[in-house]
Amino acid sequence: MFELRKDIFADERDDNLKEIGQPTQRQDMLGHVTGTSTYYDDHRIAGLLHLKVLRSPHAHARIRSIDDAAAARAPGVKRIIRAADVPVNLNTLLSLIQFGKDDEPSLANDIVRYKGEPILGIVATSERAAIEALGLVRVSYDQLPAVFDVEEALKPGAPSVNATYPKNTFEYHGKYDHQKLRYGDVEAGFAQADVVLEERYQMSPIEHAPVETNGSIAVPDTNGRFVVYTSTQALFFSLDTAAKINAVPSNQLHFIGGTVGGGFGGKVDTMTEPLVILAARLTGAPVRYRFSRHEEMQFGAPRGAERIYVKDGVMRDGRIVARKVRAYFDSGAYTRLSSYAVVKCVAHIPGPYTIPNAHADVYCVFTNRTPATAMRGFGVTALDFALECQMDKLAVAIGMDPIEFRILNAYRDGDMKAHRREAKNCALIECAQVAAEKANWPLREQFRRMSSRIGGGADRTAAGVDRSRAPTPAAPARTAAAAPQRVAYERPAPPAPTPPPARGAPPPPPSPPAGSTHGAPRFSSVFGTRRR
Amino acid sequence: MKTPVQFRLNGEDVAAFAESGANLLDVLREVVGDLSVKGGCWQGSCGACTVLIDGAPRLSCLTLAESIAGRSIETAAGLRRGAELHPLQIAFMERFAAQCGYCTSGMLMAAKALLDRNPSPTREDVVEALGGNICRCTGYEPIIQAVLDAASGDRRRRA
Repeated sequence: MFELRKDIFADERDDNLKEIGQPTQRQDMLGHVTGTSTYYDDHRIAGLLHLKVLRSPHAHARIRSIDDAAAARAPGVKRIIRAADVPVNLNTLLSLIQFGKDDEPSLANDIVRYKGEPILGIVATSERAAIEALGLVRVSYDQLPAVFDVEEALKPGAPSVNATYPKNTFEYHGKYDHQKLRYGDVEAGFAQADVVLEERYQMSPIEHAPVETNGSIAVPDTNGRFVVYTSTQALFFSLDTAAKINAVPSNQLHFIGGTVGGGFGGKVDTMTEPLVILAARLTGAPVRYRFSRHEEMQFGAPRGAERIYVKDGVMRDGRIVARKVRAYFDSGAYTRLSSYAVVKCVAHIPGPYTIPNAHADVYCVFTNRTPATAMRGFGVTALDFALECQMDKLAVAIGMDPIEFRILNAYRDGDMKAHRREAKNCALIECAQVAAEKANWPLREQFRRMSSRIGGGADRTAAGVDRSRAPTPAAPARTAAAAPQRVAYERPAPPAPTPPPARGAPPPPPSPPAGSTHGAPRFSSVFGTRRR
Repeated sequence: MKTPVQFRLNGEDVAAFAESGANLLDVLREVVGDLSVKGGCWQGSCGACTVLIDGAPRLSCLTLAESIAGRSIETAAGLRRGAELHPLQIAFMERFAAQCGYCTSGMLMAAKALLDRNPSPTREDVVEALGGNICRCTGYEPIIQAVLDAASGDRRRRA
């Protein structure tokens, strides 16, 4: 049930909203309920040919030979497409924004690096003829040692997966093998903490499983151009990628899309367009390349696996004083978008909490698994899963209510974040308060009064701890050492981040809204205070 | 080898030449031209291609085209009468029961089969009737609510 809580931050908001808070109909809904929305495959094209690709049965192997002579003679086969036919057979998606090196062929040249990697394409008069011809191709392989675990892939002597990145790590800024965050002195924080807790979290790959599988159709136009109907979520991204791989100016390609049968991130990788355009160029005929359900589930790029270690130091009064994260993103055999997911992940550490000492090392790692891609908040989702599980465990370890524990540590306006940006427009405390209210979850008075405004309504150290209300731990927290070992420091602890304003006093009453219609510092985008 | 097949599609007589072994989904889309029927898995697991055959919900991807000779097929393209939408279509719109829309045709037909034989289904009846249809966007609840709305006639047209 939709509810707009206008009582919260009422003095900081323009309330001259026209659309927000009002239901409105989607422009495509009538098409959806009448079956007339036009998806990429909803075009009847005379003389349509069909492309299917031969995929590697091995996770890592050298291709010794390919014999496609029988397939070329099979009924209905119009053309075999080999690696040598691909004009620019090495690409990385984010090369369009100069991020990363070209590392992935459209068709494997000599080595296959994941099970399902495309090796060769067959264009035939029907999907069935193409599939039957694929069965006639004979490939001989020399299998190579494979690695499927991110930490195994970083060990000395691990198989090298990706020829462009032989150490199995993506390269940032031309020289770094991971992304770092450093803020305060995390070891000093652990030494000061009453309780230190370290846990390991991990998430398996997740397939988007859109009901419409990935696919596209390329149709030669009379003016030398190609009309491309595609399921892509990223039309111009796919257009430029397809133009690069085919070595044609992008104005030779007319991409038509927009109605996507479910994407969720699984249709940004331009997995079908480059080859279907090449097939249309080589045959002079319209060609469709549509993933089967099996291809979509097994070889369509998933959300990548992640492994995350979180080590936290917390005081018995509820303050988190140190957070250290070490995380590994499984990119699969090639880069796609995991390199960017790592950057997002580090930008999100240490979560929406004010922690004076934070430290992170996050790696984008290559393994012999299906290349991973975007999916709904990728880079942040698994990290939040880890951090919020950790928050519950920390609350148990110090005997504190888990929601009060979050409210106590949540960002407040004016706090200094680990990325050395001042927190602005915070609202987590209010969200937690409303969630507790909706769940009939009792919060103590001082936690109901706290706010995300500067000062926050209470000093974090004075909030107090009520152990009677906390969930009972099944067993003592395993690393809740009585006295954390003190360590020597080679450098003095850095000065505290921007000293927070005094938090003893209750927040000042909100000032009355200014007479202007644009008096909304928190929500106005007009004056640019929403984001910096 | 092609076989002539005659059947009724949304109340109209249709004749088509079906490739030997072709499924009803491909014949409807590629031979007859009814693009309201969607393919999602071509193996009977997603429900996107659901059509009604003599009133019963069937997966067109697993139905041999030659087996429908003389029978009556209903698809989402035939749901509305001219400009007038079927109550299910109105309820799906008002309940926001579609996002990408790709599963919607199959959902509508599975729901229509239910309401045609049981005009007052319980929530459990609706869940059971839609159990073979996968949606990856909306989370099912708006779809279930839409079917219940259509059944109860609780449809408020937008002012």
